Amino acid sequence: KIYEPEVHSDRRKWRMRSVSVDLNNDASLVIDIPDALCERDKVKFTVHTKTTLSSFQKPEFSVPRQHEDFIWLHDTIVETEEYAGFIIPPAPPKPDFEGPREKMHKLGEGESSMTKEEYAKMKQELEAEYLAVFKKTVQVHEVFLQRLSSHPMFRKDRNFQIFLEYDQDLSVRRKNAKEMFGGFFKNMVKSADEVLISGVKEVDEFFEQEKNFLLDYSIKIKDATAKAEKMTRSHKNVADDYNHISGALNNTAADNNTAFKNMCVLQKVEDRMASDQELKLTELLRYYTRDIQAAKDLLYRRARALADYENSNKALDKARLKGKDVAQAEENQKQCLQKFDKLSESGKKELTSFKARRVVAFRKNLIEMTELEIKHAKNSVSLLQGSIEILKSN
Amino acid sequence: MSEEREPPPLPGAAQTVFPEPQDAEDLFVSAASAMESPEAACLSAEDISPSSNGPRDDDPDDLFAEATEEVSLDSPERQPILSDGPSPAITPVTPVMISPRVDVFDRSPDQDEDEEENRDTFDIQISVSDPEKVGDGMNAYMVYKVTTKTSLSIFSRDEVCVKRRFSDFLGLYSKLASKYMHMGYIVPPAPEKSIVGMTKVKVGKEDLSSVEFVEKRRSALERYLLRTVKHPALLKDPDVLQFLESSELPRAVSTQALSGAGILRMVNKAADAVNKMTIKMNESDAWFEEKQQQFENLDVQLRKLHASVESLVCHRKELSVNTASFAKSAAMLGNSEDHTALSRALSQLAEVEEKIDQLHQDQSYADFYLISELLGDYVRLITAVKGVFDQRMKAWAKWQDAQVMLQRKREAEAKLQYANKPDKLQQATDEIREEIEEWEGKVQQGERDFEQISKNIRREVGRFEKDRVKDFRVVIIKYLESLVHTQQQLIKYWEAFLPEAKAIA
Repeated sequence: KIYEPEVHSDRRKWRMRSVSVDLNNDASLVIDIPDALCERDKVKFTVHTKTTLSSFQKPEFSVPRQHEDFIWLHDTIVETEEYAGFIIPPAPPKPDFEGPREKMHKLGEGESSMTKEEYAKMKQELEAEYLAVFKKTVQVHEVFLQRLSSHPMFRKDRNFQIFLEYDQDLSVRRKNAKEMFGGFFKNMVKSADEVLISGVKEVDEFFEQEKNFLLDYSIKIKDATAKAEKMTRSHKNVADDYNHISGALNNTAADNNTAFKNMCVLQKVEDRMASDQELKLTELLRYYTRDIQAAKDLLYRRARALADYENSNKALDKARLKGKDVAQAEENQKQCLQKFDKLSESGKKELTSFKARRVVAFRKNLIEMTELEIKHAKNSVSLLQGSIEILKSN
Repeated sequence: MSEEREPPPLPGAAQTVFPEPQDAEDLFVSAASAMESPEAACLSAEDISPSSNGPRDDDPDDLFAEATEEVSLDSPERQPILSDGPSPAITPVTPVMISPRVDVFDRSPDQDEDEEENRDTFDIQISVSDPEKVGDGMNAYMVYKVTTKTSLSIFSRDEVCVKRRFSDFLGLYSKLASKYMHMGYIVPPAPEKSIVGMTKVKVGKEDLSSVEFVEKRRSALERYLLRTVKHPALLKDPDVLQFLESSELPRAVSTQALSGAGILRMVNKAADAVNKMTIKMNESDAWFEEKQQQFENLDVQLRKLHASVESLVCHRKELSVNTASFAKSAAMLGNSEDHTALSRALSQLAEVEEKIDQLHQDQSYADFYLISELLGDYVRLITAVKGVFDQRMKAWAKWQDAQVMLQRKREAEAKLQYANKPDKLQQATDEIREEIEEWEGKVQQGERDFEQISKNIRREVGRFEKDRVKDFRVVIIKYLESLVHTQQQLIKYWEAFLPEAKAIA
């Protein structure tokens, strides 16, 4: 028999607080995802916009959007030639309900062999996990939009506006876009970018430093993300064990239920500690791993432009030698140089503000994580001490 | 048949044989291996179902088969040496961290008051310490110092130290079990033998798992002795006194091969055999039926709890390892970071995480030594409790059998009236008269024994329950206090880090 958790049939709305990377400082265009719906494993985000810009039809409005819509928006921006000199905000990852789904399975299979309390506890765990996955996915989709809205060029993008405003289903547009671009840019050999970037003969000190930094940092941050994920998962396992133990202790000790009710709450605190650590630290690292990749993509495009420029120089020399099509070659070379210069100029600005943004984000999240850990630990202490008092006084 | 591993403890009043996968780790062996290889133990802890500990023997008629299958500590090892070294998942810890001895029976002031109320002068302290390896190779064994401090008059001195080896403890238990169990006394079982653990020690591995194994055993032996002397009858037993006091203890050769579990199993097999033959006992006393059911339930719950705690120990160790690994990674990230203040903060984060990983490790020791071992002790104790209930059934059966025999003899006597051998009649009548008297005596004795054992069990169970509640309370308080300490340390570390995070500019 297949277990269907009530979470689904409830079609509950989850009220979220936006945990953004401090991007909503320009009141002329404020975006957030105030809530989201979970239906079967599809998530429907409510994208809410408040704006003073005249380019929009209304000053405040909301639209429902799916994950695929965000991907469409990201892809159209990546494919836009004019944005080659910018760091494109990384696409939000697909909502991953694999963990809770597994738990749901276990719950269904084990239902007959569990006591009522155990079952209730597992269900609780399951719901908590759903909630955690939910929070994460909302956060990451929200940040994506806020990165766009806080960027002077992206915020004016026509497709961005459509995404925010268009009150119909975007699926038709998504299909057309796929047919048009076919993911051309994305399919360009990404694997070659490391070689290309490091192969560039860099004259610009700034880019030389950035290149070295980004190549090394991207490896380190990927590793730190993986280790943080493992750590967070272990932490969750410990919290889960507390859950089982507090239930079982309740049965065996039998003589003091208040003390052990405290244990149940303790488990919840432990669980919150683990999820908050994940939200603040692990998610932060995950996000910046993607963002570093986006920065590297920019370097890649610039390196490509430089290669094109060098090729155009060679072509011009050849044309002059042959005495054929010189004007065309000159024009080509001029274009390549312009493109390269433009990319370098905007690239420098982007990378500088990227560093500032990264530092601010780390600071904010590290502070918030630390404050939360302290709060939870203090909570745990008072719960535990309460239980100890009760037990001692018996 | 020779087994490679420790045979499982008695499954309880099991009248059915549970179909059991041959490689299901039993709870207690996995408790040992949890300290040695967390990854393997994690899988087995999850796979255990409470009903998987069925009897293993192939020969159901040989009641003593399992009792003698362990390898004696003295005989040359016939089994290949199993597993080598700790699994790579363990971060080596300096042995110093292991030795904070968790005194389960720490005499806190509240506890002393309780004791005063219930017993007149229960003033005895026992400690098992200073494990020493004697001899080399496969004939080596560990010797422990047993120190008894007491003001009780039955002891000849206030303080006495003796040296004992593991088989001495087993010998003590087997003597006590054979003397008292059939009377309905709950005799605390001795710790389990562990071939794998001991082999490593013998072979001279100085690694973490051997050190942990010896510490675990030392602690278990201490708890065993303390539980034994807490029993008012056992405390006065001459074997116990001799064990604690005399410098030379005769080696009980015949019991050497028997483990505590082996004995229990042997005794209970006998009861099982009897039960299979007789009709189900007509329980006139609802109390016994109730209690038996209670203990069955408690058994199941404790085993579940034990499994959960083992899972916790395992996961917490993993957490510690993963935290340490993250700390290293964060340090590398900090080095790579080109923004100075952020770089410094990341390095500080790495340091905090390193401290936290140590914290997790210490906590996992508390998890284990406080809770997990206590639960293991109680799972075995419950087995002993179920054993005495079986003894009572055995006593009842004996009484019933005597009644049946008596009835037969009486019928035989009646039949004799119709025998047509007048010359032999007188002799036969006399014989039968004698037999009838004999069996009448046996019936009376059987009834007396049955009532005595019932009385004893009631008292024992009452005492057991009181002790259990107290034991658990004391240990759980200690455990919660350890959790409080961990959390307070966490607060300290994070509060120290906070200004560093805020300093990022």
